[in-house]
Amino acid sequence: MAISEHVNGGTNTRKSMPSSSALKPDLLNKLSFKTLKLKTKQQELLIRVSILCLVYVLAFITRLFSVLRYESMIHEFDPYFNYRTTLFLTEKGFYDFWNWFDSESWYPLGRIIGGTLYPGLMVTAALIYWALRFLRFAVHIREVCVLTAPFFASNTTIVAYLFGKEIWDTGAGLVAAALIAICPGYISRSVAGSYDNEGVAIFALLLTFYLFVKAVNTGSLAWALASAFGYFYMVSAWGGYVFIINLVPLYVLVLLITGRYSMRLYVAYNCMYVVGMLLAMQIRFVGFQHVQSGEHMAAMGVFFLMQVFYFLDWVKHLLSDTKMFQAFLRITVTCAVGVGAVALGVGTASGYISPWTGRFYSLLDPTYAKDHIPIIASVSEHQPTAWSSFMFDFHILLFLFPAGLYFCFKRLSDATIFIVMYGLTSMYFAGVMVRLILVATPAVCLISAIAVSATIKNLTQLVRAKNKVPQTGSTKGASSAKGSSKGSIDQSQPFQRNGAAALLFGAFYLLSKYATHCTWVTSEAYSSPSIVLAARGAHGNRVIFDDYREAYFWLRQNTPPDAKVMSWWDYGYQITAMGNRTVIVDNNTWNNTHIATVGRAMSSYEDEAYEIMRSLDVDYVLVVFGGVTGYSSDDINKFLWMVRIGGGVFPVIKEPDYLVNGEYRVDKGAAPKMLNCLMYKLSYYRFGELTTEYGKPPGYDRARGVEIGNKDIKLEYLEEAFTTSNWIVRIYKVKPPNNRW
Amino acid sequence: MEALRSLGRLVLALTIFSNLSLLAYSSSLQDIQIVNAERRIDVTSHIIKVFLTLKVENTGTSPVSEVLLAFPPTQVDNIASLKAAATVGKKKKKSYLPLEVNPTELPDAPNGTKYFKILLLNPLSAGETATLEVLYILTHSLEPFPAEISQSEPQLVYYRDSAIILSPYYIKQQTTFIRTPSTKVESFTRVEPTNRAGTELKYGPYKDRPAYSYSPVLVHFENNSPFAVVEELVREVEISHWGSLQITEHYTLAHAGARHKGVFSRVDYQARSSGVSSFKHLLARLPPRVHSVFYRDQIGNISSSHLRTDFRRSDLEIEPRYPLFGGWKATFIIGYGLPLQDFLFESPDGRRYLNFTFGCPLAETVVDKLTIKVVLPEGSKDPSAVVPFPVEQHLETKYSYLDIVGRTVVVLEKKNVVPEHNSPFQVYYSFNPIFMLAEPLMLISVFFFLFMASVAYLHVDFSISK
Repeated sequence: MAISEHVNGGTNTRKSMPSSSALKPDLLNKLSFKTLKLKTKQQELLIRVSILCLVYVLAFITRLFSVLRYESMIHEFDPYFNYRTTLFLTEKGFYDFWNWFDSESWYPLGRIIGGTLYPGLMVTAALIYWALRFLRFAVHIREVCVLTAPFFASNTTIVAYLFGKEIWDTGAGLVAAALIAICPGYISRSVAGSYDNEGVAIFALLLTFYLFVKAVNTGSLAWALASAFGYFYMVSAWGGYVFIINLVPLYVLVLLITGRYSMRLYVAYNCMYVVGMLLAMQIRFVGFQHVQSGEHMAAMGVFFLMQVFYFLDWVKHLLSDTKMFQAFLRITVTCAVGVGAVALGVGTASGYISPWTGRFYSLLDPTYAKDHIPIIASVSEHQPTAWSSFMFDFHILLFLFPAGLYFCFKRLSDATIFIVMYGLTSMYFAGVMVRLILVATPAVCLISAIAVSATIKNLTQLVRAKNKVPQTGSTKGASSAKGSSKGSIDQSQPFQRNGAAALLFGAFYLLSKYATHCTWVTSEAYSSPSIVLAARGAHGNRVIFDDYREAYFWLRQNTPPDAKVMSWWDYGYQITAMGNRTVIVDNNTWNNTHIATVGRAMSSYEDEAYEIMRSLDVDYVLVVFGGVTGYSSDDINKFLWMVRIGGGVFPVIKEPDYLVNGEYRVDKGAAPKMLNCLMYKLSYYRFGELTTEYGKPPGYDRARGVEIGNKDIKLEYLEEAFTTSNWIVRIYKVKPPNNRW
Repeated sequence: MEALRSLGRLVLALTIFSNLSLLAYSSSLQDIQIVNAERRIDVTSHIIKVFLTLKVENTGTSPVSEVLLAFPPTQVDNIASLKAAATVGKKKKKSYLPLEVNPTELPDAPNGTKYFKILLLNPLSAGETATLEVLYILTHSLEPFPAEISQSEPQLVYYRDSAIILSPYYIKQQTTFIRTPSTKVESFTRVEPTNRAGTELKYGPYKDRPAYSYSPVLVHFENNSPFAVVEELVREVEISHWGSLQITEHYTLAHAGARHKGVFSRVDYQARSSGVSSFKHLLARLPPRVHSVFYRDQIGNISSSHLRTDFRRSDLEIEPRYPLFGGWKATFIIGYGLPLQDFLFESPDGRRYLNFTFGCPLAETVVDKLTIKVVLPEGSKDPSAVVPFPVEQHLETKYSYLDIVGRTVVVLEKKNVVPEHNSPFQVYYSFNPIFMLAEPLMLISVFFFLFMASVAYLHVDFSISK
């Protein structure tokens, strides 16, 4: 309603003029030159719409660096799975997709795709694809997938604008849209080609929050329903929906405690929770978790608490005696809390309510994963965030965030309480895990936008007040900050105008610095597909290492279609998507034992590994090796995690066996088990004959800067099947067993 | 060898026998004799070229207008192309007149012998002689032996043929030369007189051989030339009357030589340049003024390619993602744009025609199955194709950007295509230029209605309460 208010409010012919004047000469004739001059309100609308359009376009094109630098391709690891499933969905249709049992991964277990993924992203891309096809745009599904994330990032800017408008004013909304359009924290997960759940999920997250705040502000059932659907979309797209289902009850609880309980809140929360929960149950991967899992119990508890509150309100309305009500209140609250606690206790004890998962624990306690779940701790994006990456991803927003909080607290309302809570909780989570900076980004942008908008508004008013320009009307549209600024005008101080102008200049300087920083980060850090590696050659020319695709394509073309490939789980999705071959483990990491088996095979001696590989029907083993090119994220550097994960399940693998005095090394001083384990052998097989760098002995590992310790590697049960041109990927064939006689 | 020789004798006996039965049927067969035949077989690459020079004499009484060529059934399937020409004039003023060649059938052909009929320009009257030059190309006729080799081994192949030219006519004198790529010849069948000098094997001269004489020979030699076979090639030529021709070519390339066995070692491949029979570079000869070239496969762009252009032609050097060893495959797509005026012309009757090159742009490759799809612009009518050799044709419909009725696609299919097929073909169609405006008008009207709708929306008040 509020959106259409502006559109309808400012309606007349002239509003739509600038965009369509060229098309309608008859309309142009009717309007004399005088009527062309827009009213202030219309000018404001025009400027607002054009800024939004520009921001929309900017958010899209700033994410195209990767396409320009490299090509229109899918990036990284997980997106390849999403791409593969989307391809399946568009080729076979929704029902086949929903019932898909994928025998190409997790051999010999397989994976029920329909029941173990969040289908939101794939369905979205497929719908866009089908719509474009219907409109006779002969696009390839890959292009759709590549551009889905930038498209949704653009949509997010619109939602950010609306959200900003809802919690503060249109100015803050515009600034929020502009900030989020180029914020590196968000760009890192939404560049073209980064076809991952987060790409659409951040849009869905912000949309749900916006609609919910809107529902709380208006008390409208329609907005609450819309918010439930937003939540449904979020649930279908990303596991991060748990954040919503915990933040919203927390927010409601805070409102209840601070005495801000209202009918609006009651309507908004109940409708959103009940409908949202029912809708979310339609996603197979989520299923009955909303009523059965510990992570979702907070929402349910708050739901019942709301009913108790409503009941109390009603009783209070009936009872005139305060004392009696106090007694009743005490009894009811005690009973309610008691019943809730007993229900939770019984549910947990009987196993009906599942306890919190490890991932959830590791969010609340950053050290948990390190001690208990090495598979989570091994992923680099699950590491605690360093200060530098906060600075890298937020830049000036990091300083503007507290300022924005100050403004929020100064003008506390239901909406600002929400954004403050969102900001603070997500900042905590961002500190726990690097990848959750993404969730914090919208909140940080919104709160910073409030700071920027409010500051600039105050400063401009100071500058203008002295000037006595008659055009003060332009700020009338955004009347919110007027009250606060008026006070400062009255008590005018010396050099106030100059000071304000200087500060204004400083603010613009900071914002332009932010823009340059964001562009630089986007182009330098976040636009590399990580499948294709680029380096600078000796003459400053660009050298491309396309070894991954070389190997995957070799697998696809030159191995039997039913060959099983064993590799560390990082490459699983890529092998199935690009190599079209069956893998033992992949990035889904749902079965820790299976991964540990692979880890065990990699860290065993060749003959022991052969037994394991035979039992898993492995035909090819793929390792990633960076010793020739100096590519540091290779399997040797990941090897200790394989040992740890393998050793976590199979105690025969002991980490100290691979270390020398607690030090991990591959040169002559390395541990004997290290020098003879399968991973070492496969990585360095015949590497001792190769001179990698001038002036260094043969077998000099450039990734680790040492000469390798075992140059005479003989393979008995495996043979080299393929090595890419820069040795980054090496594939070995497992020999069939010898004839017994 | 001995077994083969005895088999040859058997064939010979059979042919003589069957020859007798033919006597009654075709008189012209007996009216012709070949005075001198010379055959040069070039086996330096996997595309075998055979040059045959026949001096034909009419010994009968009536004029003869056609000459038959005979091929064993095993060879005839591998003939990709067969051309014949008549030699006119003496040494210095020698010129060649192309003759028409058609496959033909004869009843009672011995051992399933297949025939090609050369139609002479002027009937050969009694007692006259004529010289015919025949060029035929054989594919898939080198059999790797051993069939599997390791990375360090060279590739050895068998070539099977007959020392004596198979012919339905009596041959007075004949010689066969076989040119091998190197002097490394493991073995060859001797049919005396047989000579080997350098890279050339000489069988003959043999005198007075009756019709259907056959003497199988087997040559075993080293051939490391790239056995690049495109198993399937789909070339799509899309005509846009807005000024460009877009060509997309889908390749399924295979190394058809001896299969790679065992280990592929990058160290050896890099350092000691082993893998002599493998290949890494391919050259695609594209027309001049080519633009927006791309080279990719199912999983993305392939960065190893170079394009050199000059005013005569464009050379696109491509490398598959990995070197191809025997039995390895690679699929890729090449696409490029060409200026329309170089290829699209208007015929005198007002129709338009596309003049484009048939065949595969890759040098020295055999294409097992070639499909050329000419996508005509939307709204074009009455397509017809003119191809200098027999091809299968049919029509399809394709939907591209903003198509409503779809584009007519002329599909031309041919099996066993060699570089000799790179000759122009034409596709005629009629097209009304007004159709060019259909799509821009459609877009304009969509935007127009969009703006109109938004204007209308802003003028109408939808709110229930005032």
